[in-house]
Amino acid sequence: MEQVFTISIFTENSIGLLNRITSIFTRRHLNIESLNTSESESPGIHRFTIVVNTTEEQIKKLVLQIEKQVEVLKAVFHVDEETVFQEIALYKVSTGSISDGNLVEKLIRDNNARILSMESEFMIIEKTGHKSETQELLDFLRPYGVLEFVRSGRISVIKPMEEMKDLRKRITNF
Amino acid sequence: MTQPITESIKTSGADAVMKVLVAEETEFIFGYPGGAIMPVYDALYHYQDQVHHVLTRHEQGAIHAAQGYARATGKVGVVMATSGPGATNLITGIADAMIDSTPLVCITGQVASPLLGSDAFQETDIISISMPVTKWNVQVTKAEDLPGALARAFYIARSGRPGPVLVDITKDAQFEELEFAYEKCQEIRSYRPIPKLDPEQVKKAAELINNAQKPFILFGQGVILGKAEEEFKTFIEKTGIPSAWTLLGLSALPTDHELNVGMLGMHGNYGPNKLTNECDVLIAIGMRFDDRVTGNLNSYAKQAKVIHLDIDPAEINKNVKVEVPVLGDCKESLIALTKEVHMKSHAQWLERFREFDAMEREVVIDPEIKPTEGNLTMAEVVDQVTQQTQGEAILVTDVGQHQMVACRYTQFKKSKSNITSGGLGTMGFCLPAALGAKLGAPDRDVVAVIGDGGFQMTLQELGTIAQTRAAVKIIILNNSFLGMVRQWQQLFFDKRYSSTELDNPDFITIAKGYGIKGKSINERGDLAAAVEEMMAHDGSYLLEVMVGKEDNVFPMVPSGASVSDVRLS
Repeated sequence: MEQVFTISIFTENSIGLLNRITSIFTRRHLNIESLNTSESESPGIHRFTIVVNTTEEQIKKLVLQIEKQVEVLKAVFHVDEETVFQEIALYKVSTGSISDGNLVEKLIRDNNARILSMESEFMIIEKTGHKSETQELLDFLRPYGVLEFVRSGRISVIKPMEEMKDLRKRITNF
Repeated sequence: MTQPITESIKTSGADAVMKVLVAEETEFIFGYPGGAIMPVYDALYHYQDQVHHVLTRHEQGAIHAAQGYARATGKVGVVMATSGPGATNLITGIADAMIDSTPLVCITGQVASPLLGSDAFQETDIISISMPVTKWNVQVTKAEDLPGALARAFYIARSGRPGPVLVDITKDAQFEELEFAYEKCQEIRSYRPIPKLDPEQVKKAAELINNAQKPFILFGQGVILGKAEEEFKTFIEKTGIPSAWTLLGLSALPTDHELNVGMLGMHGNYGPNKLTNECDVLIAIGMRFDDRVTGNLNSYAKQAKVIHLDIDPAEINKNVKVEVPVLGDCKESLIALTKEVHMKSHAQWLERFREFDAMEREVVIDPEIKPTEGNLTMAEVVDQVTQQTQGEAILVTDVGQHQMVACRYTQFKKSKSNITSGGLGTMGFCLPAALGAKLGAPDRDVVAVIGDGGFQMTLQELGTIAQTRAAVKIIILNNSFLGMVRQWQQLFFDKRYSSTELDNPDFITIAKGYGIKGKSINERGDLAAAVEEMMAHDGSYLLEVMVGKEDNVFPMVPSGASVSDVRLS
């Protein structure tokens, strides 16, 4: 049975490593749902967060293949319940179409969103949350004319403390 | 081990490459020059007495030769090529080395760094192209980064599960000056080449083995790569377990060892295939359950508990569900396991293999090795060679029918005596690989057994063989067909021989053109003398043997069938 998995990969920061990692997915005809990279809590060590829809059997093999790469320190996978995760979305909406102040206030309050920028022609709304939540706001705004919409890749941290301790050990005790 | 070069010397990047190759004890560079690698070739000119460069006739020839060298010696093969087409011509060999775990360092020239991405002459993104088929690769654009990158390259190629690495060096980095110092790489923080052996897993494995009634060992190239041949022999002799080798495991144990029950796989021996589905404990050692070994996985050894010894964690549960994984260096794992297992013999169980062996002998082996009429068979040629060389020669094969026959009928006495393209099945591998093997093992006879199809994929390397005077003995088993494809067309495609028949050239004349002596035979009576003449000839020699056009290789596990459905005819 296919389900959503979040893969966290701790790596060196080297040119081409992204390519090397994504080719492991390509080779298995797997689509990457989202991908984010940033420096982790350990200086010099980067963290990839990759979301993929696949089976448990496949994800286990995939993560071992990723971890096998020379410049990968550690790779792990989790289901949603084991992580806290967020995505950020930005919405550019025409100011004219949404001029009702009450509506804007309600929209911001109900959605726990905020306005980043207000221009004469448009405003930029920001919302962080799970994909379903940012999608909900998008659907709500559509009738008013969404000029631009962009959603980031998932970022996620691991809940179980024990596991994170082991990971830290591997990542910092070289 | 050579001493680190600590005193720094001001020199060029190109010269630094050569200094590193010397420090890494490189005997041969297999390569082909071109624009973007010319500074290194110029530096090479000054090191000719320390490192021999073998100029092949094609970059694919260079990399297969390096593979042959690496497989015959256990050392790292070094390859050099220019940018663009030079580099892309290496890809088949890199992929072959990747899947067969062969240690290679490939050095490619690249256009100068300011030109990267500009579609410059002979520019290709070899880093991206080679990424999925290298264990590691890196592009170097600054001379000062060269020693570190090359040190890592050698370390990564040879450590853990070996594999090919590629270092792409821009032309400006070759010209640039650096303060050169060198130390071999011993550790990379993100890389764990050898997993730590878990004594609990060893105990669990030993318990399964000690309680087994019908244990069965499958061993692969891991035994050879881990230099664990002696430890492996000690282990099987203590436990008395029948052991079968994979195609790449061939020669890790003498063929005539009483516990060696033959070859696994699609064209392996009858007993090991049949009894895979009867054993109660299956012990896989340094092998990866390739689909040509397992046949249909849904009916593969379902009754057995599987123990898997491997150095690569990604191999565990990849194809076959494993009860007890034992991760670690093969030698270390076998020593630990041997201590925990009981002295035993499995005479009755071993007898089952002998019974199947007798059947296979009667139906397949004897008629093939000792035919009294009809065309010459591939098997009798191979048998003649193995008798005359007394199992001491290195066998190098290409891909196809002749490969299966040669691997089935050659008797091996020493490790590292079988060099073939296993996982990738690269036609054209044999001739250059045989050259590399001969250069690496000059004191051993090297016999290249090739089909007429594969020979024509890299026959230009006859030129390299002639120029290096490497005494490679070449046997073309000529059936004027792409034999293995034809066999499948006969068995599974109603004999529709689509594009498999070859009108071949006069191979002996071609050899003569390269100054290589040769002879063609098609009479059974001429075989023994012809092989004798070839082996006795001082230098390389090409023997063409006309064999049955439509002979088939049996036994055979048809594609998609279970190993226990192996057919004798």
